[in-house]
Amino acid sequence: MPLETFRLEAREWLAQNCPPGMRKPSRGEPDICWGGRNWQFQSEDQKIWLERMAARGWTVPMWPKEYGGGGLSREEEKILREEMRAINARSPLESFGIWMLGPALLHFGNETQKKEYLPKIARGEIRWCQGYSEPGAGSDLASLQTKAEDKGDHFVVNGQKIWTSYADKADWIFCLVRTDPAAPKHKGISFVLFDMTAKGVTTKPILLISGKSPFCETFFDNVKVPKENLVGTLNDGWTIAKYLLTHERASIGSGLSLVGMRSLPAEAIKSFGRDASGRLDNPFVREEVIRAEIDGRALLATIERYKAEAKAGQGVGAKSAILKYAGTELNKRRYEAFMTIGGSDALEWESARSDEGTLAREWLRTKANSIEGGTSEIMLGIVAKRILDLPEA
Amino acid sequence: MIALDEDRIMLRDSAREFLADKSPVSELRRLRDTKDKDGFSRDLWRSMKDMGWTGILIDEANGGSDFGHVGMALVCEEMGRTLAASPFLSTAVMAATALRRGGSEEQKKKWLPAISEAKAIIALAVDEGRKHAPEKTAMKAEISGNAFKLNGEKSFVVDGHVADAIIIAARTEGEPGDKNGISLFLVDAKAPGVSIERVVSVDSRNNARIKFENVNAVDALGESGKGFALLENALNAGRAGVSAELLGVAGESFDRTVAFLKERKQFGKPIGAFQALQHRAAHLFGEIELLRSLVLAACVTLDKSPDAAGSVVSAAKYKACEVGKLAVSEAVQMFGGMGMTDEVDIGLFMKRSRVAQEFLGDAYFHADRYAQSQKF
Repeated sequence: MPLETFRLEAREWLAQNCPPGMRKPSRGEPDICWGGRNWQFQSEDQKIWLERMAARGWTVPMWPKEYGGGGLSREEEKILREEMRAINARSPLESFGIWMLGPALLHFGNETQKKEYLPKIARGEIRWCQGYSEPGAGSDLASLQTKAEDKGDHFVVNGQKIWTSYADKADWIFCLVRTDPAAPKHKGISFVLFDMTAKGVTTKPILLISGKSPFCETFFDNVKVPKENLVGTLNDGWTIAKYLLTHERASIGSGLSLVGMRSLPAEAIKSFGRDASGRLDNPFVREEVIRAEIDGRALLATIERYKAEAKAGQGVGAKSAILKYAGTELNKRRYEAFMTIGGSDALEWESARSDEGTLAREWLRTKANSIEGGTSEIMLGIVAKRILDLPEA
Repeated sequence: MIALDEDRIMLRDSAREFLADKSPVSELRRLRDTKDKDGFSRDLWRSMKDMGWTGILIDEANGGSDFGHVGMALVCEEMGRTLAASPFLSTAVMAATALRRGGSEEQKKKWLPAISEAKAIIALAVDEGRKHAPEKTAMKAEISGNAFKLNGEKSFVVDGHVADAIIIAARTEGEPGDKNGISLFLVDAKAPGVSIERVVSVDSRNNARIKFENVNAVDALGESGKGFALLENALNAGRAGVSAELLGVAGESFDRTVAFLKERKQFGKPIGAFQALQHRAAHLFGEIELLRSLVLAACVTLDKSPDAAGSVVSAAKYKACEVGKLAVSEAVQMFGGMGMTDEVDIGLFMKRSRVAQEFLGDAYFHADRYAQSQKF
């Protein structure tokens, strides 16, 4: 189909099918539809929107149609996003299934697994969490100790995960487990899937400095996992883990830069006003803000360039570490600026005026950006080793 | 078009090969050490013509190769890598843009083929004080009969010392600070009343301070009093070019530094094995990547809609100044004592970076201009 035809069709379909309540800019976290067995829709519009988009395959526009996707090309997907933005249409569904497990299954899963899991992700029926970090395995993820013992037709999993995002709300987990304790640390890890309601799984939310608990501790006590839930090859789970981490890093870096809900220049003008020449009436703040704005533009231009290069077959690979590093560091800078520009308003923690301290809580949340999914220091190490080919430290 | 296509990859590769052969860093040393009378090689300039570079922004009807701004930037980046000295930015980029966008048919016929053929060097005279501030142009052009009389002084006129002609920004109306009232004139460099003082700058390249005393200007470029937009077109092309050159300067000093980190041993191992240096190098690599994207974005916009390119060009030049400064500072530090010696090339990159940062507006100028473009 010619792209312009696709654009017109998408525009018309969105006009007819996107409910009014889903055409308002998202306020972020409180407006996101995560889906899952226990999901309580925040509105009828949110429910209808998910159902309609899922029926069209547009919750995961680029996945193949047979697995619940829309089968769109990259260009078509871009057009769909543009048309959605044009009417302020919210994303119908967000999830770790869409961002992470789905792409991994498309790449490493067998046919049965793809048919079983992907459509449920696309329809928002199953909500996934990611079991990666452990108390003793953070930056050194490959030293993880949660073990899965071979018991013939199933594994028995014992151990503990930490920083499991939304584990208390998730239905299933994709999890890294040690299946060969004797092998070198990268060679004895496998990638398995299991139901969070299975016997022996418990979760405990962790209270963070933001006052929220998006992360959990997750404990496994003799959890039975059927052998068919192994993704990829036994003891080769690190390959999938690396693939997913690369994916996650690119999306953390890109995702942050696209969150355009708060405008630094607009906030600064509210706080300081303009001088006679129309410039912000505080040259120091003005410089700080504009530097962040230009760096944001540079990051967006880099994301676009890497996408185009990947499409043209010019490898990007480890460069996703740069997006993760630059994107998260910039986001922290931006939020520090929002806090100082917001003055005493920004400090309110419990008030309707501040929407229960939303800005302050977001600011605190950004501090995790450069820790989760690989710290900034790990990112710099990846660049040094894999791109610059510097000697082992 | 954000990824380079095959034609442009070929252009870049041929530029790299050509400059490594014809104008390696040692050529800049030769020009410096022999106190060359021009400060660049006219043979090199003629070879650049054979490569199609002198006419890189000139249409084919006027003898150009018309590779566009993306192509222009690729060449500038490679020039930055070998510190190649030539009148490329002044003549092939800025003067060519001013003439192509604002010249009369007669002016185009006279000058554009001459630039393409490497037969004319044209400098752009804008700055007057220490700092780049085009709208503050104060130099007067007063009507006298059917011509204008130019009086005043211009500084930092790159290639002014070897120019055949000079494009001058002067004020026909209004006060310094007004964008209205600026006009452009084309004046023969040998015209009576023009006195040119060659200035050798820290990077061993050349510019000029030029005095104009009752200089007769009959050749106006573009509409009188409305020259600012045309001037901006020419300057923006030059700013994108010098940003690309800074990308090359930063990229080459970085590559040399990384090579040094692998080779230099202290405490029994290559210093590149120390995490303190690894992280700084990796950070710098990321900054250079970000700069590359902005330079490309600026040039894509200049090709597509040049009149709307001001803000992205300023973003690119701002970032080029910041990254250009960081790259050479880190390079000298990581080279240690050797980085301070004249024998090692790194210092030459630092010097060129400094001049390129200042040329056509420094980081502060462009941050302010970017902010203004965002009504901030």
